[in-house]
Amino acid sequence: MATNQPLRIGNAQGFWGDAPGAPARLVAQDPDMDCLTLDYLAEVSMSILAKQRDRDPSTGYARDFIGVVESLAPVWKSGRKLQLVTNAGGLNPRGCATACAQMLRDAGCHGIRIGIVGGDDVLQILRERPGLFPHLETGAPLSTVADSLVTANAYLGASPLVDAIRSGADILITGRVADPSLTVAPCIAHFNWPANDWPRIAGATIAGHLIECGTQVTGGISTSWMDLNASNIGYPIVEVFADGSCVVTKPAGTGGKVTEQTVKEQLLYEIGDPAHYLSPDATVSFLTLRVTDEGNDRVRVRGATGGPPPSKYKLSATYRAGFRASGLLTVFGRNAVAKARRCGELVLERLRLDGCEPRRSNVECLGAGDVAAGLFPAAGRDLIETVLRITVADSRREVVERFTREMTPLITNGPQGITGYGEGRPVVHEVFGYWPTLIDRNLVRAEVEIVEV
Amino acid sequence: MTKIRLGQIAYARSGDKGGGANVGVIAYTAAGFSFLRKTLTARKVEAFFQPLRPGNVIRYELANLWALNFILPAILDGGGSVSLRIDAQGKALGQAILEMPVEVMDDELADFAAAST
Repeated sequence: MATNQPLRIGNAQGFWGDAPGAPARLVAQDPDMDCLTLDYLAEVSMSILAKQRDRDPSTGYARDFIGVVESLAPVWKSGRKLQLVTNAGGLNPRGCATACAQMLRDAGCHGIRIGIVGGDDVLQILRERPGLFPHLETGAPLSTVADSLVTANAYLGASPLVDAIRSGADILITGRVADPSLTVAPCIAHFNWPANDWPRIAGATIAGHLIECGTQVTGGISTSWMDLNASNIGYPIVEVFADGSCVVTKPAGTGGKVTEQTVKEQLLYEIGDPAHYLSPDATVSFLTLRVTDEGNDRVRVRGATGGPPPSKYKLSATYRAGFRASGLLTVFGRNAVAKARRCGELVLERLRLDGCEPRRSNVECLGAGDVAAGLFPAAGRDLIETVLRITVADSRREVVERFTREMTPLITNGPQGITGYGEGRPVVHEVFGYWPTLIDRNLVRAEVEIVEV
Repeated sequence: MTKIRLGQIAYARSGDKGGGANVGVIAYTAAGFSFLRKTLTARKVEAFFQPLRPGNVIRYELANLWALNFILPAILDGGGSVSLRIDAQGKALGQAILEMPVEVMDDELADFAAAST
């Protein structure tokens, strides 16, 4: 392959819950795609997976991914070369790979190699040495929550993924890996960049950052969303070049847009100090980037600079933090907002009188500007309707349970025009706190395994 | 002087970072960016978001993108599944900041506004 040929990397899953048909659609729309990335893990996803694994030890991964494998099986069966890189493995990459292999066998695909990357689970180390892991933002000691820890996973970098690709993996299933590393790894393997080629690795990190949230770079959640045709919105493809620059694009004939604006918006998504974007593969500066709109949904991003990554891995832990429930009712009529607020007060007062006052509570009148409560005081004036949302949280499940029974009586004892109770009582959910911290790289040992279907 | 909304001269994107959030504000034009760099200070953004208790707001400049990145370290009231707010992930903060009132000179507005499409 000529060296000026880019590596084409798509993303068709920006989070767990993204469109299930997107991966097969994107692969069909872009026959030249070399690599498809699927991102399933958000910060608190691990705690949901932990609950599943408690019930059945063979689970603990994003099971939706197995359906995606089924939808892609005809692609591999046809002999097309398509690399798949995903963090769907969650807490159990090996279990995920086993289910994936079974699905491929059932579909009649053979000779496919699945790479498994694990070793990110460091829960045992946190339990044994809590003193090493203060909260990254507040500095609080881990001992305050150590007894309620549920998961702890280090964000691995591209290196073990590169090893797996070099061992011939067609499908790569990982646990917790930094999101951009899903894109950086195939680039390093393809272009044979040295591990310390920081500017190129920084460029690939930018490319990964741009596509990791799927349609967020092709017009989704754009300020100008109303000006684009979002039906059949295209998922992103990034063409990464040997020099680490890239072009963000999407398949022809799909909805959405890739413009200077959509790319700049996504560059700024969830970043901190733009001079030091920290990933396990490089420390990246956004301050040297040049973004050029070349038209026809093609935007070039070049000029990334970078240096060595931090000496520690970022780590996310989750811990049990009590219970919560949230109930919705609609109030229609004159002075709707005042009526709804009174309803909220009444429910909390009832709980207080019965000795079941929740430790935390929040009353919101949706429609009255309460999504950004206090910023737009005039927004609730003259509303004919509002949605009342009451949310409570407490370490005692029974207190939250009690709240769910005190909300529905508003249907007969509340104001005229209260309605919309078809969903029944609110549901009690467990709350998982999020504990970001750092861990020495030498305490983490990435594991790579290859299985053949 | 004319009173406008920030959204007439800039676009935005917000998202969560644990219990905090970032809000990126991107000017439509180079002149608009020079203006925002001078006037849209961290203190001004902090004051605007005060009812949501944002914490000590930090501002970073990305002149190459005509952008400012604001970190609001405490604005999500715990964030994730801990926050009791409907916008626990800070998704709406970009839309909120674009409603911020801004005063510009009458003759400046044309240089700051998005080219009409």
